[in-house]
Amino acid sequence: MRAMLAGFAAIVLIGVAAHFGMQEIGFSSQDRSAGSAVRLE
Amino acid sequence: MLRVILAFVVILGLAPVSLAQEAGAPPVEIDRSATGGAQTLEDILARQRGERVDTEFRRQFGDPDSAAGIAGQLGTLGGASDPDLWRALRYGEADVTVSSGGDVAKVLVQDGGMAWYQFRQGPLLTYGGYLLLGMIGLLALFFLARGRIRVDAPATGRLVVRFNAVERFAHWLLAGSFILLGVTGLVVLMGRKFIAPYMGKDFNSLLLTWSKVIHNNVAWAFMLALVMVFVFWVVHNFPSRHDLKWIAQFGGIVGKKHPPAKKFNAGQKVIFWSVIILGASISASGLSLLFPFEMPMFAKTFAIMNQWGMNEWVGMAPFPERLSPQEEMQFAQAWHAIVAFVLMAIIIAHIYIGTLGMEGAIDAMGSGEVDEAWAHQHHSLWLEEVKAKEAATGKTAPSDATPAE
Repeated sequence: MRAMLAGFAAIVLIGVAAHFGMQEIGFSSQDRSAGSAVRLE
Repeated sequence: MLRVILAFVVILGLAPVSLAQEAGAPPVEIDRSATGGAQTLEDILARQRGERVDTEFRRQFGDPDSAAGIAGQLGTLGGASDPDLWRALRYGEADVTVSSGGDVAKVLVQDGGMAWYQFRQGPLLTYGGYLLLGMIGLLALFFLARGRIRVDAPATGRLVVRFNAVERFAHWLLAGSFILLGVTGLVVLMGRKFIAPYMGKDFNSLLLTWSKVIHNNVAWAFMLALVMVFVFWVVHNFPSRHDLKWIAQFGGIVGKKHPPAKKFNAGQKVIFWSVIILGASISASGLSLLFPFEMPMFAKTFAIMNQWGMNEWVGMAPFPERLSPQEEMQFAQAWHAIVAFVLMAIIIAHIYIGTLGMEGAIDAMGSGEVDEAWAHQHHSLWLEEVKAKEAATGKTAPSDATPAE
């Protein structure tokens, strides 16, 4: 069962790391295709 | 394996066609001589009746070289009328120049958007849902008819290691991420229809927002785990002659015989290659969706398919080789969901057989160890290999065990 729990924990860790990493590189179409002039934040 | 690949190729060939072209009868023949080739009332009425109309004539635009003289009645339009311009915009033929935004911004009218939306809200959602419910229903019927597959011989108490900790970690990384992706994907696809009307749009909106965050980020764990299980298990999943015997006896699932199998039987090999091939395809289309407009792949794929003549295999017109960036995204979404539905249906069956359907199967991925009686019944050749290896290295199975028979 420890391998299963470790797998689930890894999903959370990888997910959180991906979330911040992706934000950092500006992956979204909002970041890629639009400027601040056309977005209301 | 060959059959899996062929099945995949057929799916690859058939599925996008349903989106690319309206299926059904050939286009309605309409006489346009009275309008000089332009649209007629009959065209409009036929479209309103839902009949298929060949719109190729609408892609013929004005020619500036044959324009009337500047002093003529239509001279100032330079050979092109206003409808010419709007049709050119609609069909992506207009010469649009933009100062920023690239090819995406050049598409002012996205003609394929409504067809994609209708496909997504209609056949995709409906048939996808039926596929999953149908699989659950079939398994329920099978369980009622066959019951749980028990281990025939009494447990020996001697355990053999079936999967080590790293293999189990990779399996659960893949399984956990796939379930999260499946559930969040279904919420994104079906929330508007099945959640919003009953639990409110605000709740649905909250659910969709979080589903999207989870889906986008958990995808990386899925892709990592996919690579891991491929590396760990590919060597055990090449077809062998034992698979034919296993298939001939329906794997012991029907009847009482238990055909010999190595580490993975033919059924597990089908699951493995389905996960690898469909999972890779879902990952590719998912990356295309995750990085919008930066990884277009369908126009290139369609061009290759046309070169191979795959459209002729199913009697269809050539696949579209020119797609707008938006259409690329729409095809990616449709393909992503179609393949995901197929894989979800397969995985539901896998979960059933690994838990409720077969006694002792969960131990292989739980503790990693299985009783020799279970191993002998389901994977006798693999057990012999393990025993031979143990004998060669002087190891014996852990045992508070009864003596060997």
